[in-house]
Amino acid sequence: MESPLPPVEQRAPGRWQIGTVSKIKVETPRVKSFRIELPMWMPHLPGQHYDVRLTDPDGYHAERSYSIASSPLDEGGVELTIDKLEDGEVSPYFHDVVVEGDRVEVRGPFTSYFVWRGEKPVLLVGGGSGVVPLMCMLRHRRRTMPDLPMRLIYSVRHAGDVIYEEEMGDETLLTFTREPPEGWSGHTGHIDAELIFEAGIEDGIAFVCGSNGFVESGSQLLMDAGFDPQQIRTERFGPTGTG
Amino acid sequence: MNGFVSRGFTRRRRAPEEVADRLPPGQYLESGWPVLTAGPTPDVPTDEWSFRIDGMVGQPKEWRWDEFHQLPFETITKDIHCVTKWSKLDATFGGVSIDVLLDQVEPLDAYAMFYSYGGYTTNLPIEEISDGKAWVVTEYDGEPLSREHGGPARMLVPHLYFWKSAKWVHGMTVMDHDEPGFWEVNGYNNHGDPWKEERYWGD
Repeated sequence: MESPLPPVEQRAPGRWQIGTVSKIKVETPRVKSFRIELPMWMPHLPGQHYDVRLTDPDGYHAERSYSIASSPLDEGGVELTIDKLEDGEVSPYFHDVVVEGDRVEVRGPFTSYFVWRGEKPVLLVGGGSGVVPLMCMLRHRRRTMPDLPMRLIYSVRHAGDVIYEEEMGDETLLTFTREPPEGWSGHTGHIDAELIFEAGIEDGIAFVCGSNGFVESGSQLLMDAGFDPQQIRTERFGPTGTG
Repeated sequence: MNGFVSRGFTRRRRAPEEVADRLPPGQYLESGWPVLTAGPTPDVPTDEWSFRIDGMVGQPKEWRWDEFHQLPFETITKDIHCVTKWSKLDATFGGVSIDVLLDQVEPLDAYAMFYSYGGYTTNLPIEEISDGKAWVVTEYDGEPLSREHGGPARMLVPHLYFWKSAKWVHGMTVMDHDEPGFWEVNGYNNHGDPWKEERYWGD
């Protein structure tokens, strides 16, 4: 397959650095996006993540990893979209404490398995906040290769749970598993073989991201649809995996 | 330490005093057992499973499921640490020490590449897996190891981050040189000592 994006540099990225939160966007009642300007920014590949480290006055650290939502063409910083987990330690801080202008300690970008390097065609399958690294891929494709075949199947529970709602275009197949918006005539229920078929991506690469159960059933459906297991890349959020 | 303090951050998780010193830097205590796998979960029936040691050895060898279970079986209770920041204390596994297996093949070189059903690999120097540091395990909490956690058999190398403990393990190749495995190529540290926080390249 063609590879219009460069491979990850074979040097260590990611020294700890102090970034500045320049913009906060409320995506849903429990999801916010944070644009962080970085003094030592380097381009990321769609799908990579940053680590965030919080430090209290006693020197105690809490660290978590968050996927990058912004295209690497948005130079000088990254957008991290954070789902608030009530019993978490890092996500509630971002939601309840951080305001624009605050400084936060981060390092990245990291790892090069769950990344899109321009392969095609591409099927993205996201559940809940699992859509975040997929949105990075979608945004980057729109800006660099708008004709490249890429589709997103996005599963959420309730009407108000759609992250990046205003950015969902023709390439997206949205399904509501619990409570669709009033008057919704689109898909409902869990992702199934029919929805995968409707996406119309064959012989391509797939990225599946969400909870463990979501990824497990999603990748099984893709294999049943004929995807080569080696072409199914997965990222799982454990029960507290991204807290 | 750069002296940075996160404005308004107060600690919310506090590990009990008696176990606090068992949590490596940047890790938090997890009571469940999150699943992290690159790719779909392989399905390996026990009658098709085997563990092999090949490469630079005096005598390559392969153990099938029933042969493997003739070997001295141990119960191992260890703390495990995942690079995604969770740690689990006193996890109890059942399995066979790599020392027992290595004794039967006579390794001739210093490095190993573990390989799994599904294509996963991870590299370890022989000295990091010998003298009671590594096991091939088939049980967790007295029960058969579940498929999502690497069943029927996975590695247990608890002193390193848990990506070094390959799930669905199928064997190891002894080599005369070190070579990065799957995650080691894809950005994670070649060694992976949680106490030195060796998470990524360059740590």
